[in-house]
Amino acid sequence: MNELAIDVSGLVKRFNNKAVVRGVDLQMPRGQVWGFLGPNGSGKTTTIRMICGLLEPSAGEGRCLGFDIRRQARKIKDATGYMTQKFSFWEDLTIRENLEFVARLYNLSGRKKLVDTTLDKLGLTERQGQLSGALSGGWKQRLALAAVTMHKPDLLLLDEPTAGVDPQARRDFWDEIHQLSNQGMTVLVSTHYMDEAERCDQIVYLAHGNILTQGKVDDVIEKAGLITFQGKGHNVRLLAEQLKGVSGVEHVAFFGAALHVSGRDRVSLEKAIAAFANDDVNWQEIQASLEDTFISLMQDAGKDTREHG
Amino acid sequence: MKLFASLGRVYAIMAKELVQMRRDRMTFAMMLALPIIQLILFGFAINTDPKSLPTAVYAEDNSPVVRRILSAFEQSGYYQLLRRADSPQQGSDWLAKGEVSFVIHIPEGFTRRLIRGEHPQLLVEADASDPAAASNAISQAREIVNQALGTELKGPLQYLRSPPPQVDVVVHKRYNPEGITQYNIVPGLLGVILTMTCVMITSMAMTRESERGNLENLLAMPTRPHEMMLGKICPYILVGLVQTLVILSAAKYLFDVPFFGSLGLLLAGVMVFIFANLCLGFTFSTVARSQMQAMQMTFFFFLPSILLSGFMFPFRGMPVWAQSIGEVLPLTHFLRMVRGVMLKGNGMPELQQEFLALTLFILVVGTVAILRYRRTLD
Repeated sequence: MNELAIDVSGLVKRFNNKAVVRGVDLQMPRGQVWGFLGPNGSGKTTTIRMICGLLEPSAGEGRCLGFDIRRQARKIKDATGYMTQKFSFWEDLTIRENLEFVARLYNLSGRKKLVDTTLDKLGLTERQGQLSGALSGGWKQRLALAAVTMHKPDLLLLDEPTAGVDPQARRDFWDEIHQLSNQGMTVLVSTHYMDEAERCDQIVYLAHGNILTQGKVDDVIEKAGLITFQGKGHNVRLLAEQLKGVSGVEHVAFFGAALHVSGRDRVSLEKAIAAFANDDVNWQEIQASLEDTFISLMQDAGKDTREHG
Repeated sequence: MKLFASLGRVYAIMAKELVQMRRDRMTFAMMLALPIIQLILFGFAINTDPKSLPTAVYAEDNSPVVRRILSAFEQSGYYQLLRRADSPQQGSDWLAKGEVSFVIHIPEGFTRRLIRGEHPQLLVEADASDPAAASNAISQAREIVNQALGTELKGPLQYLRSPPPQVDVVVHKRYNPEGITQYNIVPGLLGVILTMTCVMITSMAMTRESERGNLENLLAMPTRPHEMMLGKICPYILVGLVQTLVILSAAKYLFDVPFFGSLGLLLAGVMVFIFANLCLGFTFSTVARSQMQAMQMTFFFFLPSILLSGFMFPFRGMPVWAQSIGEVLPLTHFLRMVRGVMLKGNGMPELQQEFLALTLFILVVGTVAILRYRRTLD
């Protein structure tokens, strides 16, 4: 068995001559949970679609679960569960009918029992006869996850599964993901939430169709080499505008009542905030957060030049 | 085992389509109500042998012979004498406005010249802008006058009758001796209605999935193009068969259309024809990007089907190139089948060419559909 669940290199996807993904290399071992991060339109969905055979790469090669992503798409689909960003099960079918459709399509044995246990695990046994279109956002996502994992795929690709879902439902969803991972499933999940990224074994950060950085969360933060000071105190909010643009300050952001000021040059950063240190404001160095890191990475990445790519 | 799995996937799609169809009440109702409404509407409305056409008379002569001739026109059933014109101009005006279809002009001194044996003229002006509307009535005009004179010219005037023809032409109007339009139209409507519903329904098959955002999910699952096609088509064969039964019952009980051939053979033909149309609809749905486009393609196909298949106008009356277009349309072959079986009592030997043509159509169109089917979201 191939050690790598996903092994692609140089993936490029162009739509009407516009390159949306510009050379993605990804080597993901089996059995892990990886987070796929990046701003909207950075190419996350397109990359996931190429990996599971839904889009043909314009350039690049690769294997998914040991199968060639260009020539063996059907075999990949057999062994992969892909949950789309937007709910894409049939809203005019009931919850049960959707699950039965999937079970039939994958020729799963013991269909009735399997659907029963799936409904039971979801806690939807009572509501199995309802149209799935009537479910709330959180329930739709859980139904979709249950449906795409019914055939026990080796690889699970989740495209922003928790967008617009409340915190409790998000937590439940992630518990479910970790359970699946414990059963041996490899999971690649795209998200915008930092707390979700921190639940992953590794993260991959994509911007403008390129991978900017990847690794364990701590490593990614460390690699970025960002120094962050937290300012607390009276009127600290008023300082934000004044600090922006000062040499050594790369970015300034509010975290509740506190202000985070980050930069990579310790000397000039300290000099910058020293000017604002007084009895009212208390400055303290803290570990840069993932969010600070990403914002800084985005600023480095500069403008999106893909229009001309 | 592989075949078993493949059939399982076809069944999965079929079951899903059936549930969705059942749940979409409006469409479901349309599929059953549409054939009934259309059948009643067109079955009773279309008449290719129009009778009782509005006629005006401008008579400058009045005699028993003239009155006899005019009443013969009326009794033929084709002419309904509604108005008397005061001048030839008035008659022409009415004709131009479409208020009458014919003006019969009996000139001054008609009777006198007739008795003198001077072969007087009698003018029938017809609005022949629609050839089909006027032709039967026109062709009857001479015969009507001759018959009227036959009874009127008696005794010493007998010599004025037209001589009997040298050759007696015997015409046998077979299969529909009374020339009842409905015997021809009602079986034809079966084909027209099946064409419309079958092509339209399946042309939405894939576009609906993509417009409702289900396509990505569907493509992410391991289905092969032909499985998708069969799964999407099969439920509608049932719909087509239900429509067929409705129309055939109406043909028998509502329109008294005779049925000389074998019902089994006709149903076999119907199955092949439905399948051909469903295949075509599915092909449209693999090409169209939206339901609107699918609808447009359906209509683009539907119009020539009605006009060039021999449903509306005589097939053999079209130029050769138009006939060759007609030969490509499934409806053309189905019309020959259904009219052949019902009216002529045709069997397999007479119809095997039509079966062959429809099968060929299915093979070609089905192949195109499978080649055109998008396996990716590209």
